Amino acid sequence: MSRCLYPDLHTKLASLGLMAWLVWLLLYTAPVTAEDATADLTTAFELLKGRSFKDKGEAVDLIAQSGHERSKMILAALLASHLYKNKEDERIVIRETGKQYQDALSGELLEGVNKRKLKRITINNQLRGQIRDALATLDLASPEATVRLAAVKSMTGNVDEASQARFRASLAKEEDKRVKEALLTALAIAQLDAADPAIRLTAIEQVTGNLDPAIRAKLARLEQDSSQPAVAKAAKQALDGIEFKLQLYATFETLFFGLSLGSVLVLAAIGLAITFGVMGVINMAHGELIMLGAYTTYLMQQLMPGYDEVSLLLAIPAAFLVSGTAGIIIERTVIRFLYGRPLETLLATFGISLILQQLVRTLISPQNVPVSNPDWMSGTLEINSVLALTYNRLYIILFCLLVFTALSLVLKRTNLGLQVRAVSQNRAMARAMGVRSARVDALTFGLGSGIAGVAGVALSQLTNVGPNLGQSYIIDSFMVVVFGGVGNLWGTLVGGLSLGVANKVLEPWSGAVLAKILVLVFIILFIQKRPRGLFPQKGRAAGD
Amino acid sequence: MNPLSVLKNDRGGQIFLGLLLLVAVSVPILNLVVPEGHPLHLSTYTVTLTGKYLTYALLALAVDLVWGYLGILSLGHGAFFALGGYAMGMYLMRQIGDRGVYGNPELPDFMVFLNWQELPWFWHGFDQFWFAALMVMLVPGLLAFVFGWLAFRSRVTGVYLSIITQALTYALMLAFFRNEMGFGGNNGLTDFKDILGFDLQSDATRIGLFLASAIALALAYLACRYIVNSRLGRVAVAVRDAESRTRFIGYRVERVKLALFTFSAVLAGIAGALYVPQVGIINPGEFSPLNSIELVIWVAVGGRATLYGAVAGALMVNYGKTYFTAALPDMWLFALGGLFVLVTLFLPRGVTGLLRRKEATA
Amino acid sequence: MSALENFRETWRRDRVWDFMVSTSGMRLDISHGTILYLEGVSVSFDGFKAIDDLNLYIDAGELRCIIGPNGAGKTTMMDIITGKTRPDSGTAWFGQSIDLLRLSEPQIAELGIGRKFQKPTVFEQHSVFENLELAMAGDKRVWPTLRASLNGEQKDRIQEILETIGLQEHVQQRAGSLSHGQKQWLEIGMLLMQDPHLLLVDEPVAGMTHQEMDRTAELLTSLAGRHSVVVEHDMDFVRSIANKVTVLHQGSVLAEGSMDEVQNDPRVVEVYLG
Repeated sequence: MSRCLYPDLHTKLASLGLMAWLVWLLLYTAPVTAEDATADLTTAFELLKGRSFKDKGEAVDLIAQSGHERSKMILAALLASHLYKNKEDERIVIRETGKQYQDALSGELLEGVNKRKLKRITINNQLRGQIRDALATLDLASPEATVRLAAVKSMTGNVDEASQARFRASLAKEEDKRVKEALLTALAIAQLDAADPAIRLTAIEQVTGNLDPAIRAKLARLEQDSSQPAVAKAAKQALDGIEFKLQLYATFETLFFGLSLGSVLVLAAIGLAITFGVMGVINMAHGELIMLGAYTTYLMQQLMPGYDEVSLLLAIPAAFLVSGTAGIIIERTVIRFLYGRPLETLLATFGISLILQQLVRTLISPQNVPVSNPDWMSGTLEINSVLALTYNRLYIILFCLLVFTALSLVLKRTNLGLQVRAVSQNRAMARAMGVRSARVDALTFGLGSGIAGVAGVALSQLTNVGPNLGQSYIIDSFMVVVFGGVGNLWGTLVGGLSLGVANKVLEPWSGAVLAKILVLVFIILFIQKRPRGLFPQKGRAAGD
Repeated sequence: MNPLSVLKNDRGGQIFLGLLLLVAVSVPILNLVVPEGHPLHLSTYTVTLTGKYLTYALLALAVDLVWGYLGILSLGHGAFFALGGYAMGMYLMRQIGDRGVYGNPELPDFMVFLNWQELPWFWHGFDQFWFAALMVMLVPGLLAFVFGWLAFRSRVTGVYLSIITQALTYALMLAFFRNEMGFGGNNGLTDFKDILGFDLQSDATRIGLFLASAIALALAYLACRYIVNSRLGRVAVAVRDAESRTRFIGYRVERVKLALFTFSAVLAGIAGALYVPQVGIINPGEFSPLNSIELVIWVAVGGRATLYGAVAGALMVNYGKTYFTAALPDMWLFALGGLFVLVTLFLPRGVTGLLRRKEATA
Repeated sequence: MSALENFRETWRRDRVWDFMVSTSGMRLDISHGTILYLEGVSVSFDGFKAIDDLNLYIDAGELRCIIGPNGAGKTTMMDIITGKTRPDSGTAWFGQSIDLLRLSEPQIAELGIGRKFQKPTVFEQHSVFENLELAMAGDKRVWPTLRASLNGEQKDRIQEILETIGLQEHVQQRAGSLSHGQKQWLEIGMLLMQDPHLLLVDEPVAGMTHQEMDRTAELLTSLAGRHSVVVEHDMDFVRSIANKVTVLHQGSVLAEGSMDEVQNDPRVVEVYLG
């Protein structure tokens, strides 16, 4: 059976005809509507000029129903007492901020308006209410979903009978999911106040599981109301259900924060896991390599002002290169001579970290430098009314997983990765097989340092960038590596993420600082039980 | 037994103690007897500075004992130093009495500032000198004992142990920075008035503290030299070089480590306690990991496993620091970092190693 | 042992906790003539069965050689005897009454089992004399060690051992600068300083010249009043010292007997040459 990709002649003609008719419709109906609307407005203005409030009420209705594009602005001006009649030319004018005046109908800016000739169009309270309702109704019918949503939300909690009817009408036509939900919520809240307990009970059923705080407040009040025990009981049940859901979401949120903190830890530590795992080298300058990556981001942003997204993306490979090169230099000049002496390496690299810090202080600045976030990093993803996940954290988690996967692939699939693993497991044997272990060492160190630089890019988006940035992360990185097991990427991942989550779980009842202390103590104790970490390297050659 | 017999084969130690004696005698004379304005007069500031250096030397001695002879690179010894310092600080705070800014005879100023009503339980007893002196030794010692017991029993060694000691001092730093802990928060303890009734600002007291530091250093040196010369010292070196072998021979390696580590912590605590009245302040910055690592480099520069090398290194590096931070402040960290790199690469036996090599070839 | 087993072990009412067992009351009982019993011992590492239902009996005063191909389990067997490794199953008795499986390494060393490793592990930075001094039997607790000094008797003993191993001229020399063979003898000397009842000597002549091997054979034979277990590949050396030979293969005993019997045993021939 062949599929006909091109319609045959009938269909072509039919669609052409349809399109033509639609165009005619648009062209001919639109201006007609516009003309009608203007006529309505003009009539309304005449009514406004008078003194009768009843007339003015009619005028408001007219304006509201006219469908004119400026109706909302005119009504808003009227509500705010910014609508005036110019006694000179009988025009209706709107006062803008800054004492500018514009013609109400056309919107053109008027010059040389004599303030004394302006008479304010007054309204009373009833009119005020009417105008508000009219505005809300206009908003309800707005083509923009966000405007409709805002309107519904603003009216939630004080929905009278008339509005309920209007809401129900809108509900029937509404297509946007969020607006629908908001309408249902508003209606349910209104019905919670119904006189008839049966209606109340139904309403409670409807709002079960709804996390809107207004509903919670209402339910709490109903629970206290002892005059209607059935209703009170139902309200309590609903509240319990909601409480449970809230707990669930709160746990999820803690988990989310924990994972994002953990991702930062993993990013910082994974480079260290490689250098320590493969080469047995404790690199105390690791934090500074992270810092160099963060500063690279800053410099990229300085080089390309205004192009935040691009500079951030370019900063990633740039930071990799900068820190990676720094790492290779450090390895070739210092670490190479200290193999087999881990404690000396620790001290020497500490010295290098001091030098790097001071370099940055003198060459750039001892103060923190500003690094801005691109737009797509800010903002939140709202799951529901109690759970909102910030985008920057989400991206960090994703970024961490990406880096981890990339690194695993490099180690597992590339030639370099193979050589790195060989050298880490049995250096002598690898050399006997022709692997140039010195070169592998330099490149491994470069790889680990490069990853640190990339971590620095991520960190620059989360925290202040200054010469001491490295110091805050070095101990944490070590803890992750020691906890997760040396020389094992999975160990670093699991270790880092679990430490992040543990930190966040402890925070609510112990405070951030104490949580950190507790985690440190826990690791110290954990090492007693499992001195080689969560996922130790197997085999007798490994650091026996 | 003549304590000085310990120095029989210790040429370096003899030289060192001789110099120390010279300094201990001349400094007070040059400060108190020689009139001001005379070129040889030593200002009280210099006296205090030298006293401070002597406490640093004591601290370095403690580190050399466990690092040079036992092979434990402790990157958290500053914590023991700081704990001893805080114990002394607490005593000095209580001595202020009602002469503080807020005039409260019971509560130190910072507690009044935090609206505390009464002294926390752990401050009780610190108005007595003997109690404070006991705590100076007990608190670091106890911490070292517990930590060591946990660490050595599980055979945590090498770099892992060093990192863990870093974490320990880091955690303590975080804890002591908190105001709620009751140790003065990030301002620490300061504004001391007198010690044992002697005004801390007076020249005589400063000389006294200086002499106390010198005596403590000398005694500690003799004690360490005694240990190192004894069979226990040889066992320690055996543990450093071949731990499993030593265990097989029948020595309780964990207990040897624990004993020496705890003793070293007590020495560090005493050093801290002598340091605080001379500089007049103790704050959580003393717990900083950087301090602990810097102190290791003093020992490395001087030459480990010599004892007198540690003292020499502490004096040299700190003198260098004072000079640099006054003359070229921006360069100090470069110099320090460079020192770390150079010493590990080119001077594995430190400065005294150079001298010994010269002596060997001579 | 798993956590549950550990827990159960802690609460047993018929035994004292391991760490409370003191060796002071323990005495080696060789009234039945056997000094070492290994029965049904098995141990696996990561799934690989290193020792498989091993049964071994060493008589008092005997000089036994244990031979076998690589991986037969000789070193692991020694690890079990000295307490470095715990078997998964089986029993190990020192004499009639001392259960080796409940003691720690230092305790086992104190009771008189000495081990010499394959690689010479003397204390390189110490002198020959200091090495022997460290290995000396005596109170090895911290405080006594601090206060200890050598009395005349102990100095004599060190001198005696020095003569036995033939290193009198090198008494003050740093052990690190000795030749390979000399390091091996020093290590045997250190073993002897502990005055052990049972000597485990793992490949004592590895890397030695023929003359050194001869000297070592003399040394070991002269020690036969004490009880030695020797592990060695080199057939010539084993021939020159052994009475009874045990052949290990894949973690258990393959054959036992005099050198000739074992050499002609078809199973041994197959394993070694097949």
